[in-house]
Amino acid sequence: MIVTRDLTKRYGRLTAVDGVHLDVREGDRYGLLGPNGSGKTTLVRMLLGLVFATRGEIEVLGRPVPRRVGEVLPQIGAMVEGPGAYPHLSGRANLRLFDAAGPGGSRRDRRRRVDEVLERVGLAGVDRRPVRAYSLGMRQRLGLASALLRRPRLLVLDEPTNGLDPRGIREVRDLLTELNANGTTVLLSSHLLAEIDAFCTRVGVMDRGRLVLQEDLATLRRPTGRVVVGSPEPERVVALLDGRVEGRDGHTLTVRHADPAALNAELVAAGIPVTEFAPERRSLEQVVLDMTTTSADRVEAA
Amino acid sequence: MIAVELAKLFRRPRTYVITGLLCALPLIVAIFLATTRVPPPPGQGGAFLSAVLSNGALYPAAAMALVMPVFLPVSVAVLAGDAVAGEATTGTLRYLLIRPVGRTRLLAAKLIALIVFVLFAIVAVLLTSYVTGLALFGSQPSAGVALPADVTSLSGVTITPAGLALRMLGTVAYIVISMLSVAAIALFLSTVTDSALGAAMGALAVLVTSQVLVTLDAAAAVRPYLPTRYWLAWIDFFRDPVLWRDIERGAGIQLVYLVVLLGMAWANFLTRDVVN
Repeated sequence: MIVTRDLTKRYGRLTAVDGVHLDVREGDRYGLLGPNGSGKTTLVRMLLGLVFATRGEIEVLGRPVPRRVGEVLPQIGAMVEGPGAYPHLSGRANLRLFDAAGPGGSRRDRRRRVDEVLERVGLAGVDRRPVRAYSLGMRQRLGLASALLRRPRLLVLDEPTNGLDPRGIREVRDLLTELNANGTTVLLSSHLLAEIDAFCTRVGVMDRGRLVLQEDLATLRRPTGRVVVGSPEPERVVALLDGRVEGRDGHTLTVRHADPAALNAELVAAGIPVTEFAPERRSLEQVVLDMTTTSADRVEAA
Repeated sequence: MIAVELAKLFRRPRTYVITGLLCALPLIVAIFLATTRVPPPPGQGGAFLSAVLSNGALYPAAAMALVMPVFLPVSVAVLAGDAVAGEATTGTLRYLLIRPVGRTRLLAAKLIALIVFVLFAIVAVLLTSYVTGLALFGSQPSAGVALPADVTSLSGVTITPAGLALRMLGTVAYIVISMLSVAAIALFLSTVTDSALGAAMGALAVLVTSQVLVTLDAAAAVRPYLPTRYWLAWIDFFRDPVLWRDIERGAGIQLVYLVVLLGMAWANFLTRDVVN
């Protein structure tokens, strides 16, 4: 779906994106993670032909970008850095204008398509108020509606849940999940770990313009080979598993053991009560914190 | 895309506010003239103003002479400066481009919308000032329109109403071309900066500088190439016979400015990173 090779963007002396090899496959729910200022938005803008790369190649839906970006954009729905709308027009009028601006999309079924996407994003009952009177969440929903107008094959969303309340975030996630199940590939960029964690199947982590990690989420969170054991009698566990206990925090112990089932059997056979038992997995947060250095909006003293 | 740009133009209240203001200026002047009947001394004040006292049918030409030097270019510069930079500010530029609207198409549609605005504003001014002129100053008998003495070299020359209409048409065309070169300056700056105000101010700075240099004898060497040098050359349409020399030179210079600046705007917009 999206392949980039050695993609680099420099603004003067600042390298915003540095040698990125992005690979988003058909049907992916790809999460682009990274601290603020790590180059996510610049990368997304390059994919859409808004910003021109200093070096490297981009291929979207099998076509070179930006050379033939006009052919791929009709199949892409996107939201880049917040929604944009004409503040003096209503949400409906905005969608109609945007629909009329692009190629395709006949005038006859425009009204129906606009009503349909408004319904999808939960704005079906929106009235004639101008967009300037909308709340941030409503604008966000409108932006999403605009992205969905042409039933895209690929959705590129930059921080789509910005300004939404928890219920709104959940609704958007459910909507994206449904679209993805129907074959839409989703590229979601966010600095919110929880959002990526809850939705994506594949993540790319950006740090200071570099793509430092690109992996299936399941692989990242595979068991670490350690087991977390909770027991009201931790001393007995330590005595039994002599040397294999690597960490202890009150009644919770971290035990290195290749086979959780065998460990469980061992503990039960020794008559030790077990209140908690789970193979340890690395959290996405841990992975990201390990891979990234610092937040770009942090300014340290020299 | 052109239809979309026109819809945006005519669904914005400011289009009508600006046009209303443009129409209001000649109206105010007409009211003062009609109540006091004090004509400006010949050779001073707006062109045609003393002539309209005897013939209201000439008031559209006088109205053009009133709005042309300042008011009309200011409104064109404001709208053209807003064309691209304004879209960038509302965040709609990127959504138009990924819809997708080709950058060349977008620029062309913006330019056409500007042409339509200039025509709309001029026609509105002409119509309201024609009505004002007839209502406040009355009209001469339909036999013909006497060309004003302070404009024509020979007084007492009369032209037919059809001839007057034809000359007005030439005037409109000339003013549209002049305003388009203003629009081209502002449009170019609008693709350079993301500040609509900055682009409008830049264009006005160019015009003001040009106006100052036109009157400065020390700058005589560059005078023929200044964008505002021949702005009022359309008055020559009301001479008999029509004096084509300045009209032709003026139109030629405006076309050169138009082509060069539009080319610059196009080249800049096509290669620019849209980061807003």
